[in-house]
Amino acid sequence: MSLLRVENVVKYFGGLVAVDNVTFDVPDGGIFGLIGPNGAGKTTVFNLITGNYKLDKGRIVFRDMDITGMLTHRVVALGIARTFQNIRLFSNMSVLENVLAGYHCRMTSGAVAAMLRLPNQRAEERRAVGRAMAELHFTGLGSQAENLAKNLSYGNQRLLEISRALASDPGLIILDEPAGGMNEHETTALVDLILRIRNRGITVMLIEHDMSLVMRACEHIVVLEHGKKIAEGTPEVIKSDPKVIEAYLGSEDDDI
Amino acid sequence: MSFSGKNIRNGIYAAVAVCWIAAPVFLSNYQTDVLNNIAIYALLGLSLNIILGYGGMFHMGHAAFFAIGAYTTAIINTSYGIPVLWLLPLSGITAGVFALVVARPIIHLRGDYLLIVTIGMVEIVRIALVNNIFGITGGPNGIFGIASPQVFGHPINGIVSPGHYFYLLTAFLAFTIAVFYLLEHSRYGRALKYLCSDSIAAEGSGIDTSGYKLSAFVIGAFWAGMVGNLYAGKITFISPESFSFWESVVMFMIVILGGAGSIPGVLLGAILIIGLPEFFQELQQYRLLIFGIALVAMMIFRPQGILPPKPHTYPVDKLDEKEVTL
Repeated sequence: MSLLRVENVVKYFGGLVAVDNVTFDVPDGGIFGLIGPNGAGKTTVFNLITGNYKLDKGRIVFRDMDITGMLTHRVVALGIARTFQNIRLFSNMSVLENVLAGYHCRMTSGAVAAMLRLPNQRAEERRAVGRAMAELHFTGLGSQAENLAKNLSYGNQRLLEISRALASDPGLIILDEPAGGMNEHETTALVDLILRIRNRGITVMLIEHDMSLVMRACEHIVVLEHGKKIAEGTPEVIKSDPKVIEAYLGSEDDDI
Repeated sequence: MSFSGKNIRNGIYAAVAVCWIAAPVFLSNYQTDVLNNIAIYALLGLSLNIILGYGGMFHMGHAAFFAIGAYTTAIINTSYGIPVLWLLPLSGITAGVFALVVARPIIHLRGDYLLIVTIGMVEIVRIALVNNIFGITGGPNGIFGIASPQVFGHPINGIVSPGHYFYLLTAFLAFTIAVFYLLEHSRYGRALKYLCSDSIAAEGSGIDTSGYKLSAFVIGAFWAGMVGNLYAGKITFISPESFSFWESVVMFMIVILGGAGSIPGVLLGAILIIGLPEFFQELQQYRLLIFGIALVAMMIFRPQGILPPKPHTYPVDKLDEKEVTL
């Protein structure tokens, strides 16, 4: 059964067709890769799924529920979490508070409960801090909890984004170029982390330039070029697909 | 670590609180009235701080909510004789409902655009009051003869005995500080800080950013409306002049100068902006000049305010191991 279905999705930016009639299914429980050259429309597809952009045509279905055009925070509450390609943390807040943001949608206490310091509210706060710390230990940032987010190294900031996304209890986590700016050593650790996320029963969807990472981690890959889907399949199939090779390396005719 | 930064800070807060409470004993009625004004503006600053400080929304029309609270109290008290303090919640509610209606269409505006619209809002409210809207606001003359609040049957007259009014205001101020402190360090307060820091990341983390922006306006307006009630009860006479655009600017400055998002900062801001000019009465004509220079210097050298918010520490060490689970 597919967890997420993207169906005939079209998105225009002015006259430009950024996403052109793309359809694919993300199977439940695996690691799914969305790849393609720069400007292929990968991040646009992510932004359409998470409701950051409104799609012009098509529909998006998550767990048999139509989430087309739904507001982003509602999509998160339903179980799709994401990270951002250009890191977007709450930079002047502590690492712990950043993770608490992700758990926000699983909490219920409002302003009045906080002002009255009701017992439920206090218990919930405590539970939230516990969960956030657990997520930080999971990504290996446990010792950094009290630091300000902006003081973390680049690689750790990416991990913090992942922790924040995980704290929202997602069924699907969308990672937008998580290895961007990471060295080989950090990338290897990231692959390990992605596998551990999957082992928690969370489906991982990955946008990535780093082909070695995609080939190592993903079980199913969709390739986009100029907003169109040009190939789909396992890493082995994708690696030997002439259209994919052409998209990444240019066809032989181009060299003349 | 008995002399940690936190303990020293708390010691200073306690000392300031004691001095504040004892002050009317040593001061003249006029000087106590200055403290009352500081308390009113501190309360207004704290209520604006929810919107401007935590939420980061440039709202320069806060005097409108203050006015609606004050006029609610004035109109109902003079027409129906309902005691002023009984109208405290109702004044908050009318201001809150007004904020809900007015803020809803403008909530998505960012930065300077929101600033301009909120300036328009406060001017529209003032002009409506001047034009005697619905025939109940008394036009430019305002409303006279508002009763003084009564506490356990004793009238507390803000003009004759400012010392008594001082304790009424201080009690409400202490309540406000406590409640807003709890709000700041809660899921709600954090949500406002997230959307202030990066609203796209906040929305992407599952926070209903427009909902929180709107509710921040409503809570800030609710509180400003209640302060309007205490203000009307204090001076017993209100007119549109008391709620001009300039009042909004003063509230805005209190928050920005003191430290946006910081309760001690806002309190200090109120003391400086309302209290300091009293010390420089001889300078009269140069007062605004000095004020202007000080503001410009602040914005250049310390844009985060005099007392910016301190990072909150969470009781991470106090958690049991079994509480730290996925």
